[in-house]
Amino acid sequence: MKKPKQKKLVLFCSIAFTAILFTSCTSVKGYQKGKINDSEMVLSNRKIEKTELSFQSYREGASGANSGKSGGGCGCN
Amino acid sequence: MKRIFITGFALLALFQTKAQNVPTDSISYKSKKLKLEEVNLVSSYYKQDGDNSAVTGGIGSEHLTDIANTIDVKLVKYGETGIKHTFDIEAGIDHYTSASSDMIDLSANSSASSSDNRFYPSLTYLRENEEKGRTLGIGVSSSTEFDYQSYGGNISFSQKTKDRNGEFTAKFQTFIDQLKLIEPVELRPPGQEGYGSANRNTFAGTLSYSQVVNKNLQVMLVGDVISQNGYLSLPFHRVYFADGSVHQEKMPDTRFKIPLGIRASYFLGDNIIIRAYYRYYTDDWSLKAHTADIEIPVKLTQAFSVSPFYRYYTQTGTKYFKPYGEHTAADEYYTSNYDLSKFNSSFFGMGMKFTPLNGIFGLKHWNTLELRYGHYTRTTNMTSDIISINIKYK
Repeated sequence: MKKPKQKKLVLFCSIAFTAILFTSCTSVKGYQKGKINDSEMVLSNRKIEKTELSFQSYREGASGANSGKSGGGCGCN
Repeated sequence: MKRIFITGFALLALFQTKAQNVPTDSISYKSKKLKLEEVNLVSSYYKQDGDNSAVTGGIGSEHLTDIANTIDVKLVKYGETGIKHTFDIEAGIDHYTSASSDMIDLSANSSASSSDNRFYPSLTYLRENEEKGRTLGIGVSSSTEFDYQSYGGNISFSQKTKDRNGEFTAKFQTFIDQLKLIEPVELRPPGQEGYGSANRNTFAGTLSYSQVVNKNLQVMLVGDVISQNGYLSLPFHRVYFADGSVHQEKMPDTRFKIPLGIRASYFLGDNIIIRAYYRYYTDDWSLKAHTADIEIPVKLTQAFSVSPFYRYYTQTGTKYFKPYGEHTAADEYYTSNYDLSKFNSSFFGMGMKFTPLNGIFGLKHWNTLELRYGHYTRTTNMTSDIISINIKYK
Protein backbone atom coordinates (compact mmCIF):
# COMPACT_ATOMS: atom_id res chain seq x y z
CA MET A 1 0.00 0.00 0.00
CA LYS A 2 1.59 3.29 -1.10
CA LYS A 3 1.49 6.28 1.25
CA PRO A 4 -0.25 9.45 -0.03
CA LYS A 5 3.16 11.22 -0.24
CA GLN A 6 4.55 8.48 -2.47
CA LYS A 7 1.44 8.59 -4.66
CA LYS A 8 1.81 12.37 -5.05
CA LEU A 9 5.46 11.90 -5.98
CA VAL A 10 4.61 9.29 -8.62
CA LEU A 11 1.90 11.57 -10.04
CA PHE A 12 4.25 14.58 -10.06
CA CYS A 13 7.03 12.59 -11.78
CA SER A 14 4.58 11.27 -14.40
CA ILE A 15 3.29 14.78 -15.20
CA ALA A 16 6.83 16.19 -15.25
CA PHE A 17 8.05 13.39 -17.55
CA THR A 18 5.13 13.92 -19.94
CA ALA A 19 5.61 17.70 -19.93
CA ILE A 20 9.35 17.40 -20.66
CA LEU A 21 8.65 14.86 -23.40
CA PHE A 22 6.10 17.01 -25.18
CA THR A 23 8.02 20.28 -24.82
CA SER A 24 11.16 18.67 -26.25
CA CYS A 25 9.35 17.99 -29.54
CA THR A 26 11.06 19.05 -32.74
CA SER A 27 9.10 19.86 -35.89
CA VAL A 28 9.47 16.88 -38.20
CA LYS A 29 8.76 17.50 -41.87
CA GLY A 30 6.84 14.99 -43.98
CA TYR A 31 9.97 13.92 -45.90
CA GLN A 32 11.71 13.19 -42.60
CA LYS A 33 9.06 10.73 -41.49
CA GLY A 34 10.47 7.62 -43.15
CA LYS A 35 10.98 5.89 -39.82
CA ILE A 36 7.90 7.33 -38.11
CA ASN A 37 5.72 6.00 -40.96
CA ASP A 38 7.15 2.48 -40.73
CA SER A 39 4.31 0.00 -40.19
CA GLU A 40 5.95 -1.30 -36.98
CA MET A 41 5.87 2.21 -35.46
CA VAL A 42 2.08 2.41 -35.40
CA LEU A 43 0.61 3.63 -32.08
CA SER A 44 -2.31 1.22 -32.02
CA ASN A 45 -2.93 -2.49 -31.82
CA ARG A 46 -2.37 -4.50 -34.96
CA LYS A 47 -4.91 -6.76 -36.65
CA ILE A 48 -3.03 -9.90 -35.62
CA GLU A 49 -3.42 -8.98 -31.91
CA LYS A 50 -7.23 -8.87 -32.05
CA THR A 51 -7.99 -12.30 -30.56
CA GLU A 52 -5.32 -12.14 -27.83
CA LEU A 53 -6.61 -8.72 -26.74
CA SER A 54 -10.15 -10.10 -26.58
CA PHE A 55 -9.05 -12.93 -24.32
CA GLN A 56 -6.96 -10.65 -22.13
CA SER A 57 -10.04 -8.48 -21.59
CA TYR A 58 -12.09 -11.62 -20.70
CA ARG A 59 -9.48 -13.13 -18.36
CA GLU A 60 -8.49 -9.91 -16.59
CA GLY A 61 -10.52 -7.37 -14.61
CA ALA A 62 -9.07 -4.34 -16.42
CA SER A 63 -9.80 -3.25 -19.98
CA GLY A 64 -9.74 -0.15 -22.15
CA ALA A 65 -7.21 2.58 -23.04
CA ASN A 66 -5.73 0.41 -25.75
CA SER A 67 -7.51 1.80 -28.81
CA GLY A 68 -9.76 -1.24 -28.84
CA LYS A 69 -13.37 -1.80 -27.92
CA SER A 70 -14.45 -1.30 -24.32
CA GLY A 71 -17.51 -3.53 -24.16
CA GLY A 72 -19.94 -5.62 -26.13
CA GLY A 73 -19.85 -9.39 -26.47
CA CYS A 74 -20.12 -11.77 -23.59
CA GLY A 75 -16.66 -12.94 -22.53
CA CYS A 76 -18.33 -15.40 -20.26
CA ASN A 77 -16.66 -18.68 -21.12
CA MET B 1 -5.12 -25.64 -36.96
CA LYS B 2 -5.79 -27.16 -40.34
CA ARG B 3 -9.09 -25.24 -40.52
CA ILE B 4 -7.30 -21.92 -39.96
CA PHE B 5 -4.93 -22.43 -42.87
CA ILE B 6 -7.60 -23.79 -45.22
CA THR B 7 -9.74 -20.69 -44.58
CA GLY B 8 -6.78 -18.40 -45.09
CA PHE B 9 -5.65 -19.97 -48.34
CA ALA B 10 -9.20 -20.22 -49.77
CA LEU B 11 -9.72 -16.49 -49.25
CA LEU B 12 -6.23 -15.79 -50.57
CA ALA B 13 -7.09 -17.57 -53.83
CA LEU B 14 -10.40 -15.69 -54.07
CA PHE B 15 -8.80 -12.26 -53.87
CA GLN B 16 -5.95 -13.16 -56.21
CA THR B 17 -8.40 -13.17 -59.14
CA LYS B 18 -9.43 -9.57 -58.29
CA ALA B 19 -5.87 -8.37 -57.86
CA GLN B 20 -5.09 -8.58 -61.57
CA ASN B 21 -7.56 -5.77 -62.36
CA VAL B 22 -5.95 -3.17 -60.13
CA PRO B 23 -3.61 -0.73 -61.96
CA THR B 24 -0.04 -0.77 -60.69
CA ASP B 25 0.13 3.02 -60.24
CA SER B 26 -2.97 3.09 -58.05
CA ILE B 27 -1.00 4.00 -54.91
CA SER B 28 -0.46 7.63 -55.86
CA TYR B 29 -3.67 8.07 -57.85
CA LYS B 30 -6.59 9.56 -55.86
CA SER B 31 -9.44 7.51 -57.25
CA LYS B 32 -12.89 9.08 -57.46
CA LYS B 33 -14.23 5.53 -57.73
CA LEU B 34 -14.53 3.22 -54.76
CA LYS B 35 -11.22 1.32 -54.66
CA LEU B 36 -10.15 -1.72 -52.69
CA GLU B 37 -7.40 -0.39 -50.41
CA GLU B 38 -6.56 -3.30 -48.15
CA VAL B 39 -7.82 -6.69 -47.03
CA ASN B 40 -6.70 -8.44 -43.86
CA LEU B 41 -7.42 -12.09 -43.12
CA VAL B 42 -6.73 -13.03 -39.54
CA SER B 43 -7.09 -16.50 -38.02
CA SER B 44 -6.29 -17.48 -34.44
CA TYR B 45 -6.31 -20.62 -32.36
CA TYR B 46 -6.56 -20.14 -28.59
CA LYS B 47 -6.39 -22.80 -25.85
CA GLN B 48 -6.54 -22.32 -22.09
CA ASP B 49 -6.38 -24.56 -19.01
CA GLY B 50 -6.94 -23.96 -15.34
CA ASP B 51 -8.81 -25.25 -12.29
CA ASN B 52 -10.82 -22.28 -11.07
CA SER B 53 -13.93 -22.19 -13.23
CA ALA B 54 -16.54 -19.66 -12.12
CA VAL B 55 -19.31 -21.93 -13.46
CA THR B 56 -18.49 -24.46 -10.73
CA GLY B 57 -17.93 -21.85 -8.02
CA GLY B 58 -14.18 -21.31 -8.38
CA ILE B 59 -13.20 -24.97 -8.70
CA GLY B 60 -13.22 -27.19 -11.80
CA SER B 61 -11.79 -27.15 -15.28
CA GLU B 62 -11.33 -23.91 -17.22
CA HIS B 63 -10.34 -25.81 -20.36
CA LEU B 64 -11.39 -23.84 -23.43
CA THR B 65 -10.51 -23.71 -27.11
CA ASP B 66 -11.43 -21.01 -29.59
CA ILE B 67 -10.93 -20.73 -33.34
CA ALA B 68 -11.38 -17.17 -34.61
CA ASN B 69 -11.48 -16.04 -38.24
CA THR B 70 -11.91 -12.43 -39.29
CA ILE B 71 -11.90 -10.64 -42.61
CA ASP B 72 -11.39 -6.89 -42.74
CA VAL B 73 -11.94 -5.04 -46.03
CA LYS B 74 -11.01 -1.38 -46.45
CA LEU B 75 -12.45 0.59 -49.38
CA VAL B 76 -11.48 4.15 -50.28
CA LYS B 77 -12.75 6.82 -52.63
CA TYR B 78 -12.07 10.54 -53.04
CA GLY B 79 -14.92 13.00 -53.51
CA GLU B 80 -14.98 15.88 -56.02
CA THR B 81 -13.78 18.29 -53.30
CA GLY B 82 -10.85 16.06 -52.33
CA ILE B 83 -12.52 14.56 -49.28
CA LYS B 84 -11.32 11.03 -48.56
CA HIS B 85 -14.07 8.50 -47.78
CA THR B 86 -13.00 5.24 -46.12
CA PHE B 87 -15.30 2.28 -45.53
CA ASP B 88 -14.04 -0.45 -43.24
CA ILE B 89 -16.12 -3.64 -43.32
CA GLU B 90 -15.21 -6.38 -40.91
CA ALA B 91 -16.75 -9.75 -40.14
CA GLY B 92 -15.59 -12.35 -37.69
CA ILE B 93 -16.71 -15.76 -36.58
CA ASP B 94 -15.49 -17.69 -33.53
CA HIS B 95 -16.11 -21.31 -32.69
CA TYR B 96 -15.39 -22.22 -29.10
CA THR B 97 -15.64 -25.26 -26.87
CA SER B 98 -15.76 -24.73 -23.12
CA ALA B 99 -15.53 -27.40 -20.42
CA SER B 100 -16.91 -25.02 -17.78
CA SER B 101 -19.99 -24.06 -19.83
CA ASP B 102 -20.64 -27.79 -20.07
CA MET B 103 -21.11 -27.79 -16.28
CA ILE B 104 -24.12 -25.45 -16.26
CA ASP B 105 -26.23 -28.61 -16.32
CA LEU B 106 -24.30 -31.02 -14.08
CA SER B 107 -26.59 -33.94 -14.85
CA ALA B 108 -26.36 -33.72 -18.63
CA ASN B 109 -23.72 -35.57 -20.65
CA SER B 110 -23.17 -32.43 -22.62
CA SER B 111 -24.91 -29.06 -22.20
CA ALA B 112 -26.05 -27.08 -25.22
CA SER B 113 -23.57 -24.37 -24.32
CA SER B 114 -20.48 -26.64 -24.24
CA SER B 115 -19.68 -25.27 -27.68
CA ASP B 116 -20.98 -22.26 -29.54
CA ASN B 117 -20.33 -19.86 -32.39
CA ARG B 118 -20.04 -16.10 -32.18
CA PHE B 119 -20.57 -13.88 -35.22
CA TYR B 120 -19.44 -10.25 -35.05
CA PRO B 121 -19.69 -7.94 -38.09
CA SER B 122 -18.88 -4.22 -38.01
CA LEU B 123 -18.93 -1.27 -40.39
CA THR B 124 -16.99 1.98 -39.99
CA TYR B 125 -17.11 5.06 -42.20
CA LEU B 126 -14.42 7.77 -42.04
CA ARG B 127 -14.63 11.16 -43.76
CA GLU B 128 -11.21 12.76 -43.91
CA ASN B 129 -10.39 16.29 -45.00
CA GLU B 130 -6.67 15.82 -45.68
CA GLU B 131 -6.15 19.55 -46.27
CA LYS B 132 -7.49 20.47 -42.82
CA GLY B 133 -6.21 17.30 -41.13
CA ARG B 134 -9.69 16.57 -39.81
CA THR B 135 -11.46 13.20 -39.71
CA LEU B 136 -15.01 12.34 -38.71
CA GLY B 137 -16.05 8.74 -38.16
CA ILE B 138 -19.15 6.73 -37.48
CA GLY B 139 -19.49 2.99 -36.97
CA VAL B 140 -21.89 0.21 -36.03
CA SER B 141 -21.22 -3.32 -34.84
CA SER B 142 -22.95 -6.38 -33.49
CA SER B 143 -22.00 -9.61 -31.74
CA THR B 144 -24.27 -12.63 -31.68
CA GLU B 145 -24.00 -15.90 -29.79
CA PHE B 146 -26.55 -18.33 -28.33
CA ASP B 147 -27.03 -16.51 -25.02
CA TYR B 148 -25.74 -13.03 -25.82
CA GLN B 149 -26.62 -10.28 -28.30
CA SER B 150 -24.72 -7.01 -28.46
CA TYR B 151 -25.26 -3.96 -30.68
CA GLY B 152 -22.64 -1.23 -30.78
CA GLY B 153 -22.35 2.26 -32.21
CA ASN B 154 -19.55 4.82 -32.20
CA ILE B 155 -18.69 8.32 -33.40
CA SER B 156 -15.24 9.87 -33.53
CA PHE B 157 -13.49 13.14 -34.31
CA SER B 158 -9.78 13.63 -35.02
CA GLN B 159 -7.83 16.81 -35.66
CA LYS B 160 -4.18 16.98 -36.66
CA THR B 161 -2.01 19.91 -35.58
CA LYS B 162 -0.89 22.48 -38.17
CA ASP B 163 2.55 20.88 -38.56
CA ARG B 164 0.90 17.40 -38.82
CA ASN B 165 3.03 16.09 -35.95
CA GLY B 166 0.25 15.87 -33.39
CA GLU B 167 -3.26 14.49 -33.47
CA PHE B 168 -6.13 14.80 -31.02
CA THR B 169 -8.93 12.23 -31.11
CA ALA B 170 -12.25 12.06 -29.25
CA LYS B 171 -14.45 8.99 -29.51
CA PHE B 172 -17.73 7.91 -27.99
CA GLN B 173 -18.88 4.28 -28.05
CA THR B 174 -21.99 2.56 -26.79
CA PHE B 175 -22.90 -1.13 -26.56
CA ILE B 176 -26.50 -2.20 -25.94
CA ASP B 177 -26.46 -5.85 -24.90
CA GLN B 178 -29.04 -8.44 -24.04
CA LEU B 179 -28.25 -11.76 -22.35
CA LYS B 180 -30.29 -14.88 -21.72
CA LEU B 181 -30.55 -15.75 -18.05
CA ILE B 182 -29.28 -19.32 -18.17
CA GLU B 183 -29.14 -20.44 -14.55
CA PRO B 184 -27.24 -23.42 -13.14
CA VAL B 185 -29.62 -26.38 -13.44
CA GLU B 186 -30.11 -26.90 -9.69
CA LEU B 187 -31.19 -23.25 -9.25
CA ARG B 188 -33.90 -23.28 -11.94
CA PRO B 189 -37.49 -23.19 -10.69
CA PRO B 190 -39.21 -26.55 -11.25
CA GLY B 191 -41.00 -26.78 -14.58
CA GLN B 192 -39.26 -23.70 -16.01
CA GLU B 193 -39.25 -23.58 -19.81
CA GLY B 194 -37.08 -21.20 -21.79
CA TYR B 195 -34.95 -18.43 -20.35
CA GLY B 196 -35.58 -14.91 -19.14
CA SER B 197 -33.41 -12.06 -20.40
CA ALA B 198 -31.65 -9.01 -19.00
CA ASN B 199 -29.99 -5.90 -20.39
CA ARG B 200 -26.45 -4.59 -20.06
CA ASN B 201 -25.43 -1.16 -21.39
CA THR B 202 -21.94 0.23 -21.85
CA PHE B 203 -21.01 3.86 -22.59
CA ALA B 204 -17.38 4.72 -23.24
CA GLY B 205 -15.71 8.06 -23.96
CA THR B 206 -12.10 8.12 -25.17
CA LEU B 207 -9.68 11.03 -25.49
CA SER B 208 -6.25 10.55 -26.99
CA TYR B 209 -3.38 12.70 -28.18
CA SER B 210 -0.45 11.47 -30.25
CA GLN B 211 2.71 13.42 -30.93
CA VAL B 212 5.76 12.94 -33.13
CA VAL B 213 8.59 13.92 -30.77
CA ASN B 214 11.43 13.63 -33.28
CA LYS B 215 12.37 11.61 -36.38
CA ASN B 216 12.63 8.42 -34.31
CA LEU B 217 10.08 8.75 -31.52
CA GLN B 218 6.34 9.15 -31.25
CA VAL B 219 4.14 9.01 -28.17
CA MET B 220 0.42 8.74 -27.47
CA LEU B 221 -1.60 9.42 -24.33
CA VAL B 222 -5.03 7.79 -24.12
CA GLY B 223 -7.74 7.82 -21.47
CA ASP B 224 -11.18 6.22 -21.29
CA VAL B 225 -14.16 6.81 -19.06
CA ILE B 226 -16.44 3.77 -19.14
CA SER B 227 -19.81 3.44 -17.48
CA GLN B 228 -21.79 0.18 -17.40
CA ASN B 229 -25.24 -0.51 -16.06
CA GLY B 230 -27.72 -3.36 -16.05
CA TYR B 231 -27.10 -7.03 -15.34
CA LEU B 232 -23.31 -7.19 -14.83
CA SER B 233 -23.17 -10.67 -13.26
CA LEU B 234 -23.20 -13.85 -15.31
CA PRO B 235 -26.27 -15.96 -14.55
CA PHE B 236 -24.57 -19.37 -14.74
CA HIS B 237 -21.69 -18.52 -12.39
CA ARG B 238 -22.14 -20.47 -9.15
CA VAL B 239 -21.06 -19.24 -5.73
CA TYR B 240 -20.79 -21.74 -2.86
CA PHE B 241 -21.23 -20.18 0.59
CA ALA B 242 -19.46 -21.30 3.77
CA ASP B 243 -22.63 -23.12 4.83
CA GLY B 244 -22.50 -25.27 1.67
CA SER B 245 -25.46 -23.57 -0.05
CA VAL B 246 -25.16 -22.70 -3.76
CA HIS B 247 -26.13 -19.32 -5.24
CA GLN B 248 -25.98 -17.42 -8.51
CA GLU B 249 -23.20 -14.84 -8.73
CA LYS B 250 -24.47 -11.41 -7.67
CA MET B 251 -22.67 -8.20 -8.64
CA PRO B 252 -23.69 -4.51 -8.48
CA ASP B 253 -25.73 -3.25 -11.42
CA THR B 254 -23.38 -0.36 -12.17
CA ARG B 255 -19.64 -0.19 -12.81
CA PHE B 256 -17.47 2.83 -13.53
CA LYS B 257 -14.00 2.28 -15.02
CA ILE B 258 -11.11 4.64 -15.73
CA PRO B 259 -8.14 3.27 -17.71
CA LEU B 260 -5.28 5.63 -18.62
CA GLY B 261 -2.54 4.58 -21.02
CA ILE B 262 0.65 5.78 -22.67
CA ARG B 263 2.23 4.30 -25.77
CA ALA B 264 5.58 5.00 -27.37
CA SER B 265 7.36 3.76 -30.49
CA TYR B 266 11.07 4.40 -30.92
CA PHE B 267 13.22 3.58 -33.94
CA LEU B 268 16.64 2.55 -32.60
CA GLY B 269 19.26 2.70 -35.35
CA ASP B 270 18.14 1.36 -38.70
CA ASN B 271 16.72 -2.06 -37.86
CA ILE B 272 15.32 -2.11 -34.35
CA ILE B 273 12.05 -0.65 -33.09
CA ILE B 274 10.97 -0.48 -29.48
CA ARG B 275 7.22 -0.44 -28.86
CA ALA B 276 6.19 0.21 -25.26
CA TYR B 277 2.84 0.53 -23.52
CA TYR B 278 1.75 1.20 -19.95
CA ARG B 279 -1.79 1.34 -18.55
CA TYR B 280 -3.17 2.20 -15.14
CA TYR B 281 -6.72 1.06 -14.43
CA THR B 282 -9.13 1.71 -11.58
CA ASP B 283 -12.86 1.08 -11.10
CA ASP B 284 -15.54 1.40 -8.42
CA TRP B 285 -15.52 -2.36 -7.75
CA SER B 286 -12.15 -1.56 -6.06
CA LEU B 287 -10.14 -3.27 -8.76
CA LYS B 288 -6.83 -1.58 -9.61
CA ALA B 289 -4.44 -2.83 -12.26
CA HIS B 290 -1.15 -2.03 -13.98
CA THR B 291 -0.19 -3.28 -17.44
CA ALA B 292 3.28 -2.94 -18.98
CA ASP B 293 4.05 -4.20 -22.45
CA ILE B 294 7.20 -4.14 -24.55
CA GLU B 295 7.77 -5.44 -28.06
CA ILE B 296 10.99 -5.18 -30.03
CA PRO B 297 10.60 -5.74 -33.79
CA VAL B 298 13.99 -6.43 -35.40
CA LYS B 299 14.32 -6.15 -39.17
CA LEU B 300 16.68 -9.01 -40.07
CA THR B 301 16.38 -8.37 -43.81
CA GLN B 302 14.33 -5.99 -45.94
CA ALA B 303 11.60 -8.60 -46.17
CA PHE B 304 11.74 -10.37 -42.84
CA SER B 305 11.44 -9.24 -39.23
CA VAL B 306 10.99 -10.90 -35.86
CA SER B 307 9.23 -9.34 -32.84
CA PRO B 308 9.78 -10.79 -29.38
CA PHE B 309 7.33 -9.37 -26.83
CA TYR B 310 6.60 -9.44 -23.11
CA ARG B 311 3.55 -8.17 -21.21
CA TYR B 312 3.22 -8.00 -17.43
CA TYR B 313 -0.13 -7.46 -15.75
CA THR B 314 -1.07 -7.16 -12.09
CA GLN B 315 -4.46 -6.51 -10.45
CA THR B 316 -5.64 -6.12 -6.86
CA GLY B 317 -8.91 -8.03 -7.29
CA THR B 318 -12.40 -6.79 -6.60
CA LYS B 319 -13.79 -6.58 -3.07
CA TYR B 320 -16.66 -8.86 -4.09
CA PHE B 321 -14.41 -11.87 -4.77
CA LYS B 322 -13.90 -14.79 -2.40
CA PRO B 323 -12.85 -18.35 -3.26
CA TYR B 324 -15.04 -21.46 -3.09
CA GLY B 325 -16.93 -21.85 0.21
CA GLU B 326 -15.88 -18.53 1.79
CA HIS B 327 -18.78 -16.19 1.08
CA THR B 328 -21.48 -15.83 3.72
CA ALA B 329 -25.06 -14.60 3.80
CA ALA B 330 -23.73 -11.30 5.19
CA ASP B 331 -22.16 -10.48 1.79
CA GLU B 332 -24.32 -8.18 -0.31
CA TYR B 333 -22.47 -9.04 -3.53
CA TYR B 334 -20.49 -12.19 -4.26
CA THR B 335 -18.47 -13.89 -6.96
CA SER B 336 -15.91 -16.71 -7.14
CA ASN B 337 -14.77 -15.68 -10.62
CA TYR B 338 -10.94 -15.78 -10.53
CA ASP B 339 -10.79 -13.27 -13.41
CA LEU B 340 -11.74 -10.72 -10.71
CA SER B 341 -9.36 -12.05 -8.03
CA LYS B 342 -5.92 -10.74 -7.08
CA PHE B 343 -3.26 -12.08 -9.47
CA ASN B 344 -0.29 -11.29 -11.70
CA SER B 345 0.11 -12.55 -15.23
CA SER B 346 2.82 -12.73 -17.88
CA PHE B 347 2.33 -12.99 -21.61
CA PHE B 348 5.34 -13.55 -23.84
CA GLY B 349 6.11 -14.83 -27.29
CA MET B 350 7.31 -13.93 -30.74
CA GLY B 351 5.95 -12.53 -33.97
CA MET B 352 7.35 -13.00 -37.48
CA LYS B 353 6.60 -10.82 -40.47
CA PHE B 354 7.36 -11.56 -44.14
CA THR B 355 7.00 -8.83 -46.74
CA PRO B 356 8.60 -10.30 -49.89
CA LEU B 357 9.06 -7.88 -52.80
CA ASN B 358 7.15 -10.13 -55.20
CA GLY B 359 4.40 -10.90 -52.72
CA ILE B 360 3.70 -14.06 -50.76
CA PHE B 361 4.27 -17.16 -52.91
CA GLY B 362 4.71 -14.80 -55.88
CA LEU B 363 1.19 -13.33 -55.52
CA LYS B 364 2.00 -9.64 -55.92
CA HIS B 365 -0.84 -7.96 -54.01
CA TRP B 366 -0.71 -10.38 -51.09
CA ASN B 367 2.25 -8.52 -49.69
CA THR B 368 2.44 -9.38 -45.99
CA LEU B 369 2.31 -12.59 -43.98
CA GLU B 370 2.47 -12.39 -40.20
CA LEU B 371 2.64 -15.16 -37.62
CA ARG B 372 2.46 -14.63 -33.87
CA TYR B 373 2.62 -17.03 -30.94
CA GLY B 374 2.11 -16.14 -27.28
CA HIS B 375 2.05 -18.04 -23.98
CA TYR B 376 0.06 -16.64 -21.06
CA THR B 377 0.53 -17.64 -17.47
CA ARG B 378 -1.36 -16.42 -14.42
CA THR B 379 -0.52 -16.82 -10.72
CA THR B 380 -3.91 -18.53 -10.21
CA ASN B 381 -2.46 -21.47 -12.22
CA MET B 382 -4.28 -20.63 -15.42
CA THR B 383 -2.29 -20.91 -18.63
CA SER B 384 -3.13 -20.32 -22.26
CA ASP B 385 -1.52 -20.35 -25.69
CA ILE B 386 -2.49 -18.48 -28.80
CA ILE B 387 -1.23 -18.65 -32.36
CA SER B 388 -2.39 -16.18 -35.00
CA ILE B 389 -1.80 -15.61 -38.69
CA ASN B 390 -2.50 -12.44 -40.67
CA ILE B 391 -2.36 -12.25 -44.46
CA LYS B 392 -2.62 -8.81 -45.99
CA TYR B 393 -3.72 -7.84 -49.48
CA LYS B 394 -2.81 -4.35 -50.61
